[in-house]
Amino acid sequence: MAISSLSEAIAAPPRKQVIRRLKERFIESLLFLCAFSCVAVTIAIMVILGTESIGLFKTVSVWEFFTGTEWAPLFEPAKYGILPLVCGTLTTSAIALFVAIPIGTTIALFLSEFASQKVRVWVKPILEILAGVPTVVYGYFALLFVTPLLQLLFPDLPGFNMLAAGLVMGIMIVPQISSMSEDAMRSVPDELREGSYAAGATKLQTAWNVVFPAAFSGVSSSYILGISRAVGETMIVSIAAGLQAKISFNPMDSAATMTAYIVQVSLGDLPHASIGYQTIFAVGFLLVSMTLIFNTIGHWLKRHYREQY
Amino acid sequence: MINIDSTVSQAPPKVEVSNLNFYYGDKQAIKNVNLVLPKNKITALIGPSGCGKTTLLRCFNRMHDLYDGNRYEGEIVLDGQVNILSRRIDPIEVRMRVGMVFQRPNPFPKSIFENVAYGLRVRGEKNKSFIADKVEEALKASALWDEVNDRLKDMAFTLSGGQQQRLCIARALATDPELILFDEPTSALDPIATRNIEDLMDGLKKQVTILIVTHSMQQAARLSDYTAFMYLGEMLECDRTEVIFKQAAQLRTRDYVSGQFG
Ligand SMILES: Nc1ncnc2c1ncn2[C@@H]1O[C@H](COP(=O)(O)OP(=O)(O)O)[C@@H](O)[C@H]1O
Ligand SMILES: [Mg+2]
Repeated sequence: MAISSLSEAIAAPPRKQVIRRLKERFIESLLFLCAFSCVAVTIAIMVILGTESIGLFKTVSVWEFFTGTEWAPLFEPAKYGILPLVCGTLTTSAIALFVAIPIGTTIALFLSEFASQKVRVWVKPILEILAGVPTVVYGYFALLFVTPLLQLLFPDLPGFNMLAAGLVMGIMIVPQISSMSEDAMRSVPDELREGSYAAGATKLQTAWNVVFPAAFSGVSSSYILGISRAVGETMIVSIAAGLQAKISFNPMDSAATMTAYIVQVSLGDLPHASIGYQTIFAVGFLLVSMTLIFNTIGHWLKRHYREQY
Repeated sequence: MINIDSTVSQAPPKVEVSNLNFYYGDKQAIKNVNLVLPKNKITALIGPSGCGKTTLLRCFNRMHDLYDGNRYEGEIVLDGQVNILSRRIDPIEVRMRVGMVFQRPNPFPKSIFENVAYGLRVRGEKNKSFIADKVEEALKASALWDEVNDRLKDMAFTLSGGQQQRLCIARALATDPELILFDEPTSALDPIATRNIEDLMDGLKKQVTILIVTHSMQQAARLSDYTAFMYLGEMLECDRTEVIFKQAAQLRTRDYVSGQFG
């Protein structure tokens, strides 16, 4: 049977063959296009951001942009130093990671090494809910709940501050870190755990000394992706951290982040090709580049250290 | 059924197993096993695949405690003193005295040195020079020292499979266990690596009692002083190795060691 149908196929009239081959080609190209469109969109975004911000660099030198310590493009005299915005972004992100990394890692270790099936069935959906809360809700939560709470502790805390924004942003990132890290920990083979137990280790020692390092490539890439999430987060910081660009690493200060600035300016009606309009593209370009770099590092880490066990 | 020959009891017993039953949930995998492991001797555990060799081996360090639903009955008595299956005995205490080497090498994602030091570290040992001495001693006993002494800081997975398995043996040795359990330790290795491990095994006898599961008749014959034959969860026969291989009492044992079934 098989042989006869094979020889039939070989003997099939060329027209039929051509049509079949064309069909294959067509489907293949369609699949390729789908895959390529993501890449194309990414490239297009970068190109647009790049070309739109070139205008800015006709008035402002690249050096001034990257080293200037004041950001006030919409006022007279205009100042175009990006550092205050970068500083706001880094500070809020650092606070967020300070919360998200320990909590996320602990939850992941707990779920993967200690929790019974029953507990896991309960905790995971709750984390998913946390991951699904719209960021605007987190933003108001930070502004109207966390900040007043913190003001009980620190009466001098301004209504807009990086601390509340960062803390809430950290909580937002916890599910991402915990779920990615848990996946990494659960894929550590049982043989390694058994090797540790057989050496007389306790559960905690095994989790910490064997499972965690064995899963570290996945865990660390979850951290990096968490960083890029924090850097790109917009709503929470726009709502709760304030809009005043200044160089301050003090969590108790208010400050604008790169994202918050973009929101602020985009919402106003700036004329096309005005310098204010161009600044948001420049800031956007830097922002996308930063998250792109973090994402790339994250994926590289994951691949590079995969075969540790 | 049970045939504990008088010759077996000549060497002082290190471990005595009596009326051992083991259940995976409802499924009984070990049936009324009686066995003596003579001190500083190598006992080989043989039998067809699925007869319960691994299951029995893992009773000796309470490995089955790691998974829910497993149940032991009977006794495994160490040095004529403690029944290690007793509920009052902490399995971690047992594993501190009984080492294990697995079927496939399972080094930790750490340096060569830290792999061997692991057992000491989890015991809370802090003395650096003591740890360094122990690591060296264990690597020498597992015939790995000459190959790795200049690269102790390298990650363990940079070693070859055979070296990794010897590293795992060193890891088990470093804490001075009284009994070491080997579960087909050479089944994942090439003939030369296998030979290396068989060669070092004999030297270990001076320090420890050994129980080794093997599917290779030659290995059992070459290495062991005593051989125990299991079949369908039961211990059919246990005797000096030459007796099992030349004049086993049971027909099934004779068939198995002569390769009639497997
Ligand atoms: N975790 C487990 N749960 C249930 N049954 C098991 C488990 N592990 C092994 N068994 C069963 O127990 C019996 C003995 O298995 P095992 O000890 O692995 O045999 P051997 O090592 O001699 O090949 C087999 O029938 C096997 O299917
Ligand atoms: Mg087995």
